[in-house]
Amino acid sequence: MSDVLIIGGGMAAAWAAIAAAEAGARVTVVDKGVMGTSGVTATGGPGHWWVPPDPALRGEAIARQNAKAAGLGDPAWMERILELTWRHLPTIAPFYPFGSDGRGGKFINGVRGPEYMRALRHFALARGVTIRDHHPALELIADADGRVIGARGVALRDESEWTVRAGAVILATGGAAFRSGLIGAHACTGDGHLMAVEAGARLSGMEFSLSWSLSPEWASTRTLPYTGARFYDDRGHELDIAPPRTGHRHYQALGAAMLAGPVWADLVDAPAELHGVLRRIQPLTVAAFERRGINIFRDRFRVRLFGEGTIRGTGGVDLVDAECRTGVSGLFAAGDAATRELVAGASSGGGAVNSAWALSSGRIAGAAAAAEALGSHPGDTPAHALGQAALRPSSDVRMVDPAALIARAGAAVHDYDQALWRTGEKLGHLARTLDADWARIAAHGHARGRAQVELRSAAAVVANARWVVAAARDRAETRGLHVRVDAPETDPAQARRQLSGGLDRVWTRPLEPALEVAA
Amino acid sequence: MIAHWIAERCTNCGDCVKACPALVFDQAPDRPVIARVEACQTCYLCELACSADALYVAPEMDSAQAPPVADLIAAGLVGRIRHDSGWNDPFDAGQLDDYRLLGPLLNQGVEIATARYEARVSPAPETHPQSVATA
Repeated sequence: MSDVLIIGGGMAAAWAAIAAAEAGARVTVVDKGVMGTSGVTATGGPGHWWVPPDPALRGEAIARQNAKAAGLGDPAWMERILELTWRHLPTIAPFYPFGSDGRGGKFINGVRGPEYMRALRHFALARGVTIRDHHPALELIADADGRVIGARGVALRDESEWTVRAGAVILATGGAAFRSGLIGAHACTGDGHLMAVEAGARLSGMEFSLSWSLSPEWASTRTLPYTGARFYDDRGHELDIAPPRTGHRHYQALGAAMLAGPVWADLVDAPAELHGVLRRIQPLTVAAFERRGINIFRDRFRVRLFGEGTIRGTGGVDLVDAECRTGVSGLFAAGDAATRELVAGASSGGGAVNSAWALSSGRIAGAAAAAEALGSHPGDTPAHALGQAALRPSSDVRMVDPAALIARAGAAVHDYDQALWRTGEKLGHLARTLDADWARIAAHGHARGRAQVELRSAAAVVANARWVVAAARDRAETRGLHVRVDAPETDPAQARRQLSGGLDRVWTRPLEPALEVAA
Repeated sequence: MIAHWIAERCTNCGDCVKACPALVFDQAPDRPVIARVEACQTCYLCELACSADALYVAPEMDSAQAPPVADLIAAGLVGRIRHDSGWNDPFDAGQLDDYRLLGPLLNQGVEIATARYEARVSPAPETHPQSVATA
């Protein structure tokens, strides 16, 4: 029996677990992979949004970030995450070997992923958290009043079923990356989004779902070495690529070139200082080249774009209050599973703001869930399971191939032609294709054990693609990461968030500020 | 993808089995077994977990092809990232002392690309005009 159940194993899950345990709760974490190596933080290197507690400095940083948010940000949330990050990130020191800041102190705000997630795992264990690795959740369970009181899933090792009951549940399952090959994102299939919507929650900002990272075509890596790259076609002619700072234009230029043929990167212009220290900063990036016998700074190499979906986008489960509640009794969301529009608006939070968000929303949700759980515990209350697609088919069981569904949904979100030149017409066509795929898996999908986990992941990928496509179709303007070539202007009348949800029938609607106050 | 498990180095500690987020390994009584190589995501984190340096991950996400172990050891590639990372070093070993340079160097690259592009789209008068159309 647990007070707080956390689903997920990345940085938001870890910070939620630590905060809930510090608040006196008995905490269980269930992760699809392993807390410490799962997710995009473990292979990455998050810098955290980091501003000292000086009112002038914080005010300027928040004003800059709020301008980037393109009308959808919330400065009060920005102030909270700056403060929580400043206060709590240094507390990992007993578990993390902070390096020098070059001035006699410690460099705190940027941390290397494998060491950071190892530290957070050790921190959580030191706080008494129970961690169940390789325990993917399949669905939430609720009591007769609809209050979420736990989850059910499969233990991958022996394919046994598990159920955990808890006074409160936190979804920290990460963003949806649509199996793009992005390193660390294989398990980020948007499972939490699907579980939340099945429980009655709503999503927000799913149209802000387009971002990519450039990598060698054989493996997704960190992008540090490539930001100054020159690009060439197969005949050795240099391509005219708008630089990274132009955002969508940069990716459009790369995407157009990649649709025309292979694209090669040349790092001859990379900062000279990088040659000596890349190995000491990102050993894994060096390995991707060294192990192929490629000199990264001398040899040209083929590149492609790896989709980052809602991970570097901002959409996710909508939060209805300042404690990360989802609107469903007993259910909280944190990190990339939740909408980050509050702190990043329509633009990518990048690594820094999203990392500060993951830490802060994790801690907020963890503390709030602990407080709620300590006051009400489900005990042996009768429970019913909330999952549908891939668990309880509405018609006869038939063969459904998860790989084919995932590939189509991934293409709908990330294929260059669809994603870089979005139009209402293309999105409408995609919506119909994805609806048919959803109907098939909901009607006929069923499996057992690890196969069920994969089929359920496919259902989540298709569901998330449907929400992304519908939200992109229904925001007929260009704002932040969402670029419509048939509506290239930003429409002041649409400076509001857009909600989405639904299973058999997907819906979207604008979030009117007046309704927000009433809720 | 994970390419080699090196029998003569392995201590059968089980750390790779526990660390892999994709459940690539099974634990047999006397050794870890690469049971689901197709699930490998090429994240290298099993290599970090292996303090015996008994694993080698090939760099391609969709291929487990790699040279023979002896060649890799001779080239210094087995266990290289664990040592580069200072993964098992004490916290005061300075293994992250250059990490602060990540952001500044990344931004330098961005600036270099921006300056180069601006020079190209508004060339100095003496240079030949160039097409700015994207391919």
